[in-house]
Amino acid sequence: MSPLLSVRNLRVSFPTRSGTFDAVRGVSFDLGRERLGVVGESGSGKSMTGRAILGLVRPPGRVTADRMELDGQPILNLPERQMRALRGARISMVMQDPKFSLNPVMTIGRQITEGYRLHTRTTPQAARDKALEMLRAVQIRDPERVFDAYPHEVSGGMGQRIMIAMMLAPDPEILIADEPTSALDVSVRNEVLRIMDKLVRDRGMGLIFISHDLNLVAEFCDRVLIMYAGRVVEELPAHDLKNARHPYTQGLLNSLPRLDHPVERLSVLQRQDSWRDEEIATPFPGGL
Amino acid sequence: MLNIDHLDVWFGDPPERVDAVKSAGFTVAQGESFGLVGESGSGKSTILRAITGLIGTWSGLIEVDGEKVSGQHRSRAFHKTVQMVFQDPYASLHPRHSVDRVLSETLHLQGMDQIDARITRLLDSVGLGKGFRFRYPHQLSGGQRQRVAIARALAAEPRLLLLDEPTSALDVSVQAEILNLLTDLRRERGLTYVMVSHDLAVVAHMCDRLAVMRGGEIVEVMEAARLRAGDPASDYARALLAASAGFAREGAPG
Repeated sequence: MSPLLSVRNLRVSFPTRSGTFDAVRGVSFDLGRERLGVVGESGSGKSMTGRAILGLVRPPGRVTADRMELDGQPILNLPERQMRALRGARISMVMQDPKFSLNPVMTIGRQITEGYRLHTRTTPQAARDKALEMLRAVQIRDPERVFDAYPHEVSGGMGQRIMIAMMLAPDPEILIADEPTSALDVSVRNEVLRIMDKLVRDRGMGLIFISHDLNLVAEFCDRVLIMYAGRVVEELPAHDLKNARHPYTQGLLNSLPRLDHPVERLSVLQRQDSWRDEEIATPFPGGL
Repeated sequence: MLNIDHLDVWFGDPPERVDAVKSAGFTVAQGESFGLVGESGSGKSTILRAITGLIGTWSGLIEVDGEKVSGQHRSRAFHKTVQMVFQDPYASLHPRHSVDRVLSETLHLQGMDQIDARITRLLDSVGLGKGFRFRYPHQLSGGQRQRVAIARALAAEPRLLLLDEPTSALDVSVQAEILNLLTDLRRERGLTYVMVSHDLAVVAHMCDRLAVMRGGEIVEVMEAARLRAGDPASDYARALLAASAGFAREGAPG
């Protein structure tokens, strides 16, 4: 089966006063109808990878790739007009913090219907019905009230569910979720994940789940890419995370305090320069 | 070292009054490390803020080292005993003050002598070399900033350190470094910690005992060993533990 999204040798660079800074340095992966986790620390380029796919890297940032295809069609550096038809309709993104990604002076209903109507050109009534249906799908108890509410009137967990409802309304093929639950409490987090998991499964979507939380990704995703300094250093089936081979992945896992394994001192990650550039054993076992 | 009893903290006046902490009570012994866990809005940080005098609207008993405190005013002696480290190292350091200025100002306010030598020693004790002394916050990483914030708190040579989510803004590898630093400092200086966190594993690693909070109330106070054993007494603490254990996919095998 051909992949939904195919990326080869993706690079994102920014000119700075002291030369070019490469935020992403040659990332390659295929995404099918699966949950793909992208894990790394701050500055590893995981968010930039997501933004580059959606064409959200602003100049002077530069995006290049040998290949970036959605269903076989090239989507790299499309003109803004064509990108806009694609963004939201076929690939959508859920951001980390609902407080900053929802428009504070627009009702929630208007924000959901706005994007939906732009992509589907339906009547206001149909858009409203769809919005209410989506709010129900993310388990918001009183959708009519929330439809007319402003973002400050809902909680963080509700805001994040609203974001998911908004992003899934036009039925995209790919959802990119950038730290969708990092701002949430654990109990709310699990609920949001369950909703996302169900929607992604029922609709047969491809999900790119960007997170700094290794264990969460291991439980939630099918496959995990581990990023370090702008490159993918290891790719693993999620259930094999415990058998990670790369010293960086092992170091990350060991530096976490664990309830079931008390230690006097936590082991500290010793970073090696070689991780930045050394040859990677299996960039993608799926083959080119 | 710290004794809290029937502590109520509220914001606003009726009818809009919000009770953030309701009748909370616990004691922390000299040299002990005590954790406060709970979800956002459970009142765990509010307790720390009431202790340090950042919130004035409280009633009940707060006793530090045998001395009762009241209202928002705190004596000089209080600040020599109690210091706080905040969650966000990006927000808690003045962006236009160098590390040197942050520390020398604090030392000066605490009436210390030999400021120059003390700054060198403080930076040493938090694992930053002399090279960091004249840097500004934007020239430091998140972990380095939190080290500066810890150095600032140590400047007064306090005996009780209040830690409000000291590592939740940091990457896990940096978190390990900061937690190790805090462990070492406690052992070397015989410090007492009260640590607020939403991360049960972090609290279990750092603390001897902990209180679980929900909706402003303390649901349960227990030994960290009890948490590790997965055997809290209250339903809520058990539910919180289960939720933290991770996401279980519906209908998935295993």
